[in-house]
Amino acid sequence: MINKSLKQLGAMLQGKEISSVELTQEFLNRIDRLNPEINAFITLDKEKTLSQAKHADSLLAAGKGTALTGLPIGQKDIFVAKGWRTTCGSKMLETFVGPYDADIIERFDGVGAVNLGKTNMDEFAMGSSNETSYFGKVQNPWDRSRVPGGSSGGSAAAVAARLCAAATGTDTGGSIRQPASLCGLSGLKPTYGLASRFGMIAFASSLDQSGPMAKSCEDMALMMNVITGFDKRDSTSLNREKEDYTRDLNKPLAGIKVGLPKEYFAEGLGADVAKVVNEAIAEYKKLGAEIVDISLPNTQLSIPVYYVLAPAEASSNLSRFDGVRYGHRAKEYGDLMDMYCKSRAEGFGAEVKRRILIGTYVLSAGYYDAYYLKAQQIRRLIAQDFENAFKQCDIIMGPTAPSTAFKAGEKADDPVAMYLQDIYTIAVNLAGLPGMSIPAGFAQSADGKRLPVGLQIIGNYFDEARMLNTGHAYQQVTDWHTQMPEGIE
Amino acid sequence: MEWEVVIGLETHTQLQTKTKIFSGASTAFGSEPNTQACVVSLALPGVLPVLNQEAVKCAIKFGLAVNAEIAPRSVFARKNYFYPDLPKGYQISQYELPVVGKGSMTIQVGSGDKAYEKVINITRAHLEEDAGKSVHGAQEGMSGIDLNRAGTPLLEIVTEPDMRSAAEAVAYAKKLHDLVQWIGICDGNMQEGSFRCDVNVSVRPKGSDKLGTRREIKNLNSFKFMQQAIEYETSWQIETLEDGGTIQQATVLFNPDTGETRAMRSKEEANDYRYFPDPDLLPLAISESDIGAVKAEMPELPEAMKARFEAQYGLAHYDANALTSSRGTADYFVATVDAGSDAKLAANWVMGSVSAKLNAEDKEISESPISPSALASLIKRIQDGTISNNAAKQVFEAMWAGEGDADSIIESKGLKQVSDSGAIEAIVDEVLAANAAMVEEFKAGKEKAFNALVGQAMKASKGKANPAQVNEILKKKLGA
Repeated sequence: MINKSLKQLGAMLQGKEISSVELTQEFLNRIDRLNPEINAFITLDKEKTLSQAKHADSLLAAGKGTALTGLPIGQKDIFVAKGWRTTCGSKMLETFVGPYDADIIERFDGVGAVNLGKTNMDEFAMGSSNETSYFGKVQNPWDRSRVPGGSSGGSAAAVAARLCAAATGTDTGGSIRQPASLCGLSGLKPTYGLASRFGMIAFASSLDQSGPMAKSCEDMALMMNVITGFDKRDSTSLNREKEDYTRDLNKPLAGIKVGLPKEYFAEGLGADVAKVVNEAIAEYKKLGAEIVDISLPNTQLSIPVYYVLAPAEASSNLSRFDGVRYGHRAKEYGDLMDMYCKSRAEGFGAEVKRRILIGTYVLSAGYYDAYYLKAQQIRRLIAQDFENAFKQCDIIMGPTAPSTAFKAGEKADDPVAMYLQDIYTIAVNLAGLPGMSIPAGFAQSADGKRLPVGLQIIGNYFDEARMLNTGHAYQQVTDWHTQMPEGIE
Repeated sequence: MEWEVVIGLETHTQLQTKTKIFSGASTAFGSEPNTQACVVSLALPGVLPVLNQEAVKCAIKFGLAVNAEIAPRSVFARKNYFYPDLPKGYQISQYELPVVGKGSMTIQVGSGDKAYEKVINITRAHLEEDAGKSVHGAQEGMSGIDLNRAGTPLLEIVTEPDMRSAAEAVAYAKKLHDLVQWIGICDGNMQEGSFRCDVNVSVRPKGSDKLGTRREIKNLNSFKFMQQAIEYETSWQIETLEDGGTIQQATVLFNPDTGETRAMRSKEEANDYRYFPDPDLLPLAISESDIGAVKAEMPELPEAMKARFEAQYGLAHYDANALTSSRGTADYFVATVDAGSDAKLAANWVMGSVSAKLNAEDKEISESPISPSALASLIKRIQDGTISNNAAKQVFEAMWAGEGDADSIIESKGLKQVSDSGAIEAIVDEVLAANAAMVEEFKAGKEKAFNALVGQAMKASKGKANPAQVNEILKKKLGA
């Protein structure tokens, strides 16, 4: 049962084959057994979770259930939830209890889904390995000595280890897609503005976007129906008509033009990953796709641009964590400045501090034009690259990450190597486009482990339904997405 | 050497919106600390700003009132600095692209023969949020933070360095104070901090076209203090330069107790605010039709009303100016005329007795115990000859004291003029009989004696006789 999709579990709930309380308890039992090692969840509150499940059962009994009613969902600990401790993976918020609900929490509550717990993440979503979390690193269920990716590493590991049926993530530079790739999941970052950022603790406001992490594209379509929609509390939320993301799932793919950016298959891409991705593309040809060679010439600039803009926004977004109103405050301090310095020095981890420093530097008088302004100009060029590419193709495919999951500690002391994990995902955030990763097969590691490889699918603005169609068609003819890691039974 | 002072102002006007600029929390003044601090005011994790369109309307109104350019696209920026009353660690303001661009205002400086008009250029006006307040000493050894004010909308209005004296600066500030209340965007309450001025002052040798180094006097919340602060600062700068010193750019505070200004921080210690466009807010787009909609709601502006008063009521330029000095005065005057009063008489009464009483009691015209219609009913009794001007003054005093309406006071005090010619003739006869000597003098050609006889007749009638009739009858009797 644990390997069933949201769709299948939903049908069981509607058919009264199982209750939400039973299903939820099953996942809670698995969490009790496996989470102490995997560490995918930071905070659990069984009482709250089960009371939500009971409520869902009453909705189902009254015939008021919808697609996700009664389904237990892991919520990334970046989303503020009323009455739930919300840490964002930081010591700074170790004791912070949310006094209100994020938009995404409200939306899942609204359809009677069950909040199973708050999932681990890199501190303030800054990292690609989940190693920067104050609450400890997360194991990759496919090889416990490896990282799950990040920053939504807890959500990815939770779904991969079947500790929940699906989870939410957020993606600022690849934080949904890269862990989805490393953990063998489907993950989607929507077009910027489709999902509200209200209640999602900000890292880089102009890039942050929440999205689903699940076992299949069909499940992600169901979650997208819940997550997206206008929210007047977020000024960057787009006021568009609601879409049904399941509507095109079964459309035939024949004639779809798939663009392969040459920059995504160049130096830096692991040969084992390239092989799997190429095989997946061959599968798409069989499904009737037409392959087009394209170029995204500014790809190499996306990492430097991102590491100017994201830290700049973060340095300002994280200023509110000052120890004055909530969050960590140093026990001993002299004057006000000392209180700020000690509280922030103690409350933030090394990677967060690094990014605050970089961000503060690039916004400083005398450097703003050379860094921030220049980066904004290049950001526009990167968006234009995609605009031009989409004149030649309907959808873009390539690798999600340059490598499979790496060993914990392997890149922890080399920030630049870590940043390169996001070389294929970051440009999508900079352009505000939707991007998705789906399982495309496995690569064998040197030590004989079978490690998942993700295929990235990038769509044009608001083309999520087509992307999900593209992924679903592939998942109808392959079974990579249904395979489970060993040792999680 | 003769020196010239150069002054520019930055004024923070608190906009009269019901809710804050980026959240739905109330902006009411004087509530218990932190009772008007919603999740956005507190800058909790995950909250986002949403622009209050009422604040934008206020900015457009101001732009229209000073004939300014209203930017079709302006940008909110973050001004980053740490302070406990600044909950986000940055203030949302506008930096490179403000909502209101260049405009101008005409001010009147001085009075009487020395009065002159001057155009003051507005550089820009931008929207921003206010910070909270630090409360020291409420608890032993601790500082408290009250975030009720955090997020209150402000329009910061910046002038060119166009003013050349404390008097001009004060005239501008007063005029601006009147204007923002006139167009209904600010309550003008200076005690509560709704209207605060920062004054940039520099001096230079007269005739020079180079600006001297300026010092900024922060947070002046009274016109009297502004006058004192500028005068002190100007002479301090001149003395410093004449003693061979130099002026360092600095921010200074005015101490009303000593009448002195003192530097609070120099430029070297100034913050680097790291301004950048706020990614949580879209650029503010204002269309021609948005501006048109606000224009339709705009009240008649003082300049237009002044011209209308001159043309429609035949008022003198000076009078029209005085009557349009505030919306309250203008509304009061118009209401008095609309209630049937002669316009020139109404103007005289509003600028004369009413204004004198208000000044003496430190009241706003809206607090006048005599309503415009009550004043009109008094003036009508002068117009129709029921009472004399002198009697009217007594009636006015009694009305002000709350003794009733004009007619009942005239009645109860017996102030009605006697216009019965028989009664007046009788009085005149008595006076002539009793003052034979004066009559002789008049007949001998002493014109003054006639006035004395009128005076006697008025006295005999206890001031109630209609003076015009007394004159007429006396003339007839004396054969003059």
